[in-house]
Amino acid sequence: MATATGIHHRTYRAELRLRHTKAEWFRLALVIVLLLVVPYALNTYWLGIANSILIAVVGAVGLNILVGFTGQISLGQGGFLAVGAYTSAILSTRAGLPVPLAIIVAILVTAFIGALFGLPALRLKGLYLAIATLASQEIIMFVVRRWGFLTEGKGYIEVPRLPFIERETFELQWYWILLPITFVAVLMARNVFRTSLGRSFMAVRDQDIAAEAIGVNITRAKVTAFALSSGFVGLSGALSAYYTETVTWERFTLDVSVLYLAMIIVGGLGSIAGSVYGAIFMMLLPALLTEVGQKAGDSIPFITDQLPAIKNAIFGIAIITFLLIEPRGLDRIWSRMKDYVRFWPFRY
Amino acid sequence: MSNFLLLTVYGLADGAILALAALGFVLIYKATRVINFAQGEFLLVGAYMFYTAFVVMRLPWILASVVGVIGAIILGVLVERFVLRPLVGESAISVIMVTIGLSSVLKALVQMFFGTSVREQPKILPTGSIEFLGATMPVNRLLVILIAGVVLAAFTIFFRRSRHGIAMRAVADDQQAALTMGISVRQIFALAWALAAVSALVAGVLLADLSAVEQNIASFGLIVFPVVILGGLDSVPGTIVGGLTIGLLKQYVSGYADPGLAEVIPYVVLVAILMVRPYGIFGETRIERV
Repeated sequence: MATATGIHHRTYRAELRLRHTKAEWFRLALVIVLLLVVPYALNTYWLGIANSILIAVVGAVGLNILVGFTGQISLGQGGFLAVGAYTSAILSTRAGLPVPLAIIVAILVTAFIGALFGLPALRLKGLYLAIATLASQEIIMFVVRRWGFLTEGKGYIEVPRLPFIERETFELQWYWILLPITFVAVLMARNVFRTSLGRSFMAVRDQDIAAEAIGVNITRAKVTAFALSSGFVGLSGALSAYYTETVTWERFTLDVSVLYLAMIIVGGLGSIAGSVYGAIFMMLLPALLTEVGQKAGDSIPFITDQLPAIKNAIFGIAIITFLLIEPRGLDRIWSRMKDYVRFWPFRY
Repeated sequence: MSNFLLLTVYGLADGAILALAALGFVLIYKATRVINFAQGEFLLVGAYMFYTAFVVMRLPWILASVVGVIGAIILGVLVERFVLRPLVGESAISVIMVTIGLSSVLKALVQMFFGTSVREQPKILPTGSIEFLGATMPVNRLLVILIAGVVLAAFTIFFRRSRHGIAMRAVADDQQAALTMGISVRQIFALAWALAAVSALVAGVLLADLSAVEQNIASFGLIVFPVVILGGLDSVPGTIVGGLTIGLLKQYVSGYADPGLAEVIPYVVLVAILMVRPYGIFGETRIERV
């Protein structure tokens, strides 16, 4: 793992640590303080967006494990989110399973289905795989739309509100539920890449034939990567089911897959921190645009009329701009900023 | 029997349009190794450009077609120059995402200028029907098959006979060898995008003439994937076989079984093919080395 210059490791343990310098610990402390203050500083609307971000972070981290770390392009994110959401919703509304258990089962089911749809990855690469996962997205969408018994013929599932959640403090309580779950999920994902399994994922990404030659079991690495990634995505889907209290297929279309891919591209492929930045960026962008649009719309009515189209255009422009200017995303920009400060007044 | 014939004509017409859309896709992939997720939006933009020239500017349809073709060429060249060229040599995911971003921008632009409502466009193709073997055949669909056939044949002759066509094939085969022979790879890339935009324009206009000018035209772009996988990502004849197969399959399934199932059946076929032949049926197998 590349670390900054000027840091010398004397033991392998020290090198494997997640944080090496005092500055890194200090920044972590700042982030934690910020996360603890956030719910009391924001109003309900923005707290709701913070909650959606927390859910999206889990999904983006899951997708980055697959796309950024293992190099298997997936357009099936929406489908896997749907599997997680539908499984947990059906289990807790109809089978009467307690919510934590339903979420765990949902994670396992999504991981299984992810591994199943990952099987073509054993023979396919790159662009062909991307198209195969597009097919898995469409097939899962067809199933959740057309199999009436999933939703008892209603087309949607209503998930009852968790018993201890009050109406007035809905967003606040959810924030305190989601924050630890997301924190643990991100930490877990970060730690996977300190293990041999995580390293084997990266070996498959960088050069799969060479990886096989040095003894990485490619089949195992690819299928596990699909399962692990889908597990995170399933968790994200399940959380969104309880948080939004309805499950409909409209929330899991191909656009959602694209949105999540955009998150990890903008954030930085192959970086857990990048997935977090990307999720924050991509979830905040439409909210901020709405805000700006409403302000500007008073003077220029065109903006109010065309707000959805403008949002789509800016979404696309954001993706293109990042790919053209900084293909390694926000994570790289952030580390460059840190370097600039650290080496100031020298350039490097 | 008459129902079967009718479904066949509908399927062939759909398939012919699909083949045109897929042709543009394969052209781009062959020459530049880019998977164009914005192919559906190219159809959409093409259809709206023709609509603007034909209905808004009230040009006769021949002039409108010329305006459309010029617009499509400009679109293709601009996209290649400013969006794709900086990404030459980048990873597959970057290239895929940039075309996805492009599709989002194109769709948004169309929405900004024309709104989301369905635009009526006077039919160019005659809408009557003829009796054949006891079946009533819609003339416009038969003509669509004919037009698409002519365009596809023209493209095939272009690749086989013309200087630029042969240069394109050379670039697709081996870029470095083509460069040493004095072929400008940049020009060929631009040409590939321009031709793809033109074939998408034809497909978009035909599709709009069969139904209406609306945002849904873009959704045709996704069904291109089963078509090109069936035919092989880099095979021009494959697009015709793939397009017609998928078009017929969709119509038969929706006619005899379930219209909803028809939407998903191409993808099931796609997965099945990829499991058996990872490079599609007519696709070129590549040997990988470290």
